[in-house]
Amino acid sequence: MPEEHPLIEMEREIAGGDFQRAGDVSSELKNILQRAGFPPAFNRRVVIASYEAEMNVVIHAYRGVFRARVYSDRVHVEIDDQGPGIPDLELAFQEGYSTAPPHIREMGFGAGYGLSNMKKCSDVLVIDTRVQEGTKVVMDFFLSPSNS
Amino acid sequence: MKVRIRDIVEALGALVLVAGEMERGEVSGGYCGDLLSDCIANAEEGSVWVTVQSHPNVVAVASLVGIPCIVITNNQEVQEQTLEKAREQGITILKTPLSSFEAVSALSRLGISGKKRHV
Repeated sequence: MPEEHPLIEMEREIAGGDFQRAGDVSSELKNILQRAGFPPAFNRRVVIASYEAEMNVVIHAYRGVFRARVYSDRVHVEIDDQGPGIPDLELAFQEGYSTAPPHIREMGFGAGYGLSNMKKCSDVLVIDTRVQEGTKVVMDFFLSPSNS
Repeated sequence: MKVRIRDIVEALGALVLVAGEMERGEVSGGYCGDLLSDCIANAEEGSVWVTVQSHPNVVAVASLVGIPCIVITNNQEVQEQTLEKAREQGITILKTPLSSFEAVSALSRLGISGKKRHV
């Protein structure tokens, strides 16, 4: 199958620890999807998962790159970070499990819902992680009449 | 049922930190919580959000969900960056001495009901 050309491509840097600008990348993607005319429920799924992935970089990693490719019937998102990696991925998927430090939790982050929100909202989620190197998250969202 | 943001200000004895779209703004439901992942996953668009969190990322979450009005309870100190972000986004920020429970009770008396999104 030949690779379909995306309608819109987006690439942004995410800085680890920068809570002031955290969420800006997901917000930009939301605006792009709204302007492209996708249904709000579909946009919401993409935006929740993207926000969680973006926040994981801000909370845990040193830096990351966020790439989104928007097609007519799907959205592909990749977040590639340099950071601590995830030693136990199965544990990390458990709701409520978090390795975020107390001062981050006090801000209402690191409640342990990030990965499970990403899983619930995406149609395909692939995580490639190496301890003390980094984590790559790849998510696909398919637009279909039954499943907006 | 839609309730004007102006009426919320009065009911909560709130201080308007950022007016946003307050003059024309309305809410169609409410959500309360201090965990950002919880709010972003469960709050419905068009709701008022009651929380003790006051850092700038609260505005990012509100913007992503489509929340027009944030109520910060217990008179929590609000960072200037939070207000700046809210001004940019046109989101109303209110601060009230009431606790979250008291604020939600008052909003409920105004006719605002809790709304939860179904994933």
